[in-house]
Amino acid sequence: MKLRIIWRKSVNAVMLSLTALCALASVSVLLFILGYLVYHGGKSVTWSFFTQLPKPVGETGGGMANAIVGSGKLLLLAALVGVPIGFMAGVYLAEFAGSAMGFLIRYTTDLLNGVPSIVMGIFAFTMVVLPMHHFSALAGGLALGVMMIPIAVRSTEEFLRNVPHTLREGAMALGASKWKAVATVVIPAAARGILTGILLDLARVAGETAPLLFTAFGNRFWSSGWNQPTASLPVMIYTYAIAPYDDWHRQAWAAGLVLLGLVLLTNVGARWLLPKKAHVARG
Amino acid sequence: MATVHDFGLAEKSNKEGLGNGPSPGPSRGPEPKFRVANLNFFYGPHQTLYDISLDIPPKRITALIGPSGCGKTTFLRALNRMHETVRHTRLEGEILLDNQSIMGLDVTQLRRRVGMVFQKSNPFPKSIFDNVAYGLRVNGWGKQRTLAEAVEQSLHRAALWDEVKDQLHKSAYALSGGQQQRLCIARALAVDPEAILLDEPCSALDPIATAKIEELLFHLKESCTIVIVTHNMQQAARASDYAGFFLLGKLIEFQETRVLFKTPARKETEDYITGRFG
Amino acid sequence: MTEGAGSRTRLRAFLDRLRSGDEVAHLLTLIFASAIILITFLLVYELWQNSALSRHQFGWHFLLSRTWDPVSEDYGALPFVFGTTLTSALALLIGIPLGVGAAIFLAEMAPPRISDFLTFLIELLAAVPSVIFGLLGIFIVVPLLRTAVMPFLKKTLGFLPVFKGPIYGVSLFAAGVVLSIMIIPFIISISREVLLSVPADQREGALALGATKWESTWKVVVPYARTGIMGSVFLSLARALGETMAVTMVIGNDPKISASLFAPGYSIAAVIANEFSEATNPLYINALVELGLVLFLLTIILNALARLLILVTTRRATGHA
Repeated sequence: MKLRIIWRKSVNAVMLSLTALCALASVSVLLFILGYLVYHGGKSVTWSFFTQLPKPVGETGGGMANAIVGSGKLLLLAALVGVPIGFMAGVYLAEFAGSAMGFLIRYTTDLLNGVPSIVMGIFAFTMVVLPMHHFSALAGGLALGVMMIPIAVRSTEEFLRNVPHTLREGAMALGASKWKAVATVVIPAAARGILTGILLDLARVAGETAPLLFTAFGNRFWSSGWNQPTASLPVMIYTYAIAPYDDWHRQAWAAGLVLLGLVLLTNVGARWLLPKKAHVARG
Repeated sequence: MATVHDFGLAEKSNKEGLGNGPSPGPSRGPEPKFRVANLNFFYGPHQTLYDISLDIPPKRITALIGPSGCGKTTFLRALNRMHETVRHTRLEGEILLDNQSIMGLDVTQLRRRVGMVFQKSNPFPKSIFDNVAYGLRVNGWGKQRTLAEAVEQSLHRAALWDEVKDQLHKSAYALSGGQQQRLCIARALAVDPEAILLDEPCSALDPIATAKIEELLFHLKESCTIVIVTHNMQQAARASDYAGFFLLGKLIEFQETRVLFKTPARKETEDYITGRFG
Repeated sequence: MTEGAGSRTRLRAFLDRLRSGDEVAHLLTLIFASAIILITFLLVYELWQNSALSRHQFGWHFLLSRTWDPVSEDYGALPFVFGTTLTSALALLIGIPLGVGAAIFLAEMAPPRISDFLTFLIELLAAVPSVIFGLLGIFIVVPLLRTAVMPFLKKTLGFLPVFKGPIYGVSLFAAGVVLSIMIIPFIISISREVLLSVPADQREGALALGATKWESTWKVVVPYARTGIMGSVFLSLARALGETMAVTMVIGNDPKISASLFAPGYSIAAVIANEFSEATNPLYINALVELGLVLFLLTIILNALARLLILVTTRRATGHA
């Protein structure tokens, strides 16, 4: 009897350690990634990295200024497409939708969310690149924008639903029509959460490479306007990493560090912003 | 005959409350503010109010009492058509405000004329000033200066001005529970309503906060018709002029408060008041 | 009020809403929401239309053909389906034990503050872009595999066909390993949520009978959450199928089917990524789009199955409580 109890207790201890090991191993991957990026790329994140254009193939030095600006352009376009549609659809689902239409929209949004990013690139290719006969920032922005929609919808709907019903009622009891109550009380109450969700969404698409490979494509120079092939940070990392030049590898690490740094900062910042609400109801 | 508990204050405060004019019963005296006839209410297939008819007198405090879930709140919310914010509700019968059917009125205008204070205070996540000014802004009233005056006046009527006059731009959530509820009353008063509906406004408050609110309601009835749903019989007895007893979706009895509490006409009323159930 | 008044009040209510702007707001938001349905339809339509040439030329044979030859214009999907499936399967093989194990630790065994902190870090890991994993894949994982892990496996288990053949480094094996690292955070966070949703009285019932923490977890909680955990596996699988960058950087990009894991291979997403921008003639493009269509359908089906499984577990939990 006693032996059995000792056995069970040791199994318990062993499994506790094993599962803890699994968890720690998984977490340590994150630390490894950060560590290697800093180690390989830290020295290369210089002022010229941010301000210079890439040098001609084979030459060392240069920077990724155009890729950084290009990514900015693409994200702006993505936000223009993804945020309005996502936000308004979220408002519709939370405030106006009946059960049938609501189900349809939610289901479709989920479907869209599951589309692999490369297939999204194909979509933007057929919609924009084919008719225009060339790569462009527009195409890349469209691909990223459509990818933003599902999370923007979900985020908006969730935070709107979290606003207590009594706030809505209070506004309507004062004579506000439904849309006024939503616009002046409910949405402001949910604003912080919604903005955070959208910010995280942007951070996610900022790191996407696959949909840009044959939409925005790439550019070793500045791209003007929205109609030209545009460099972006993730595509640059990819191109440099698979190339045979050591100097390009060095720059890829630097770019990776910058990209990851931005993404992680946004994520940590968002989670820090979120629990803190200025107007937290008491009692 | 079993005498009901003497809610000591009942006699006293009711005498004071009925100071002006003849004491109006439900069917004589000044024109009733609300006239409800044969009201039936349905939530989906379930009926929750059965053939309610009553007249609510103007510029008096009318209390609606009865055990939980017997329809008092449902009835209250019908008076300013708040039931329409919930799906699957249906109303049959007539509700008149100043002899006009409320179904024929523009609902946002109705709700400006008939204000509501909820069971749990629900100030908006805005400043104290913006909370009170909300109704004014939404109804398109008031430039900045007149807004400030209206806000101050409402806060006075809600007996809150002295406590918040130096912190109007602070968040409403910085106030205590009782203060928040008075803020909600001020907010409702800002649009100058003819009637205010209060749904158990003190149920979440301590006795001191409750007393403050009862006192301000007492002063308020000079300008406003007040209908208050309450679980607290003592509160109904000491604070109201008229009382309606609801049971299982039916209106059992409606009378002047002191009459209802001292000599109830119906056995169910007497049983409830003496605490045999509830 | 009589029955006729019912429609009168409905009309009046509608006019009220119109005047107050509610109907306009409803319509406006509905238009944006419908855009989502439109976009999805368009997506499916474009995939279908732009793969028409290839579908008509090859028919069902497309899915079974091993040839991928742009020069002779003969295209088949099998090498890519093979590569995608194999690497994903390997990723699951490595990822499920690690991921579910970690999820069990975080949900059941760890004290709450440690659990929250570690979960936070895992969620950060889930936010790391694919191309960064690819960077690490090329420069850290592949050399490590090539110089240490793969020779070791070959020496000890080299009699198995999966561990035979020359070692290049870039291979199906490398892709599987990198993929596993990428899907572990997802397996962990979904499984953890599923485990947390198991009602407390289940655990308490077991513990009250004298079970150890591990016994309560393994014999009661995990079986209860079994369906949901399977759902998380399906979801992660769906993600793994669509992973492009990290895979294409380490898989070797060779459209061949081989028995050995050490051989280079190709996945659907990888070939599209590599060859799409260079495909010039219509049939080539159509074939690539058809591959995209196949991938799309696979992920849709898996996602639907996954959500169903997760729904079953959470429904059961709420029904139980």
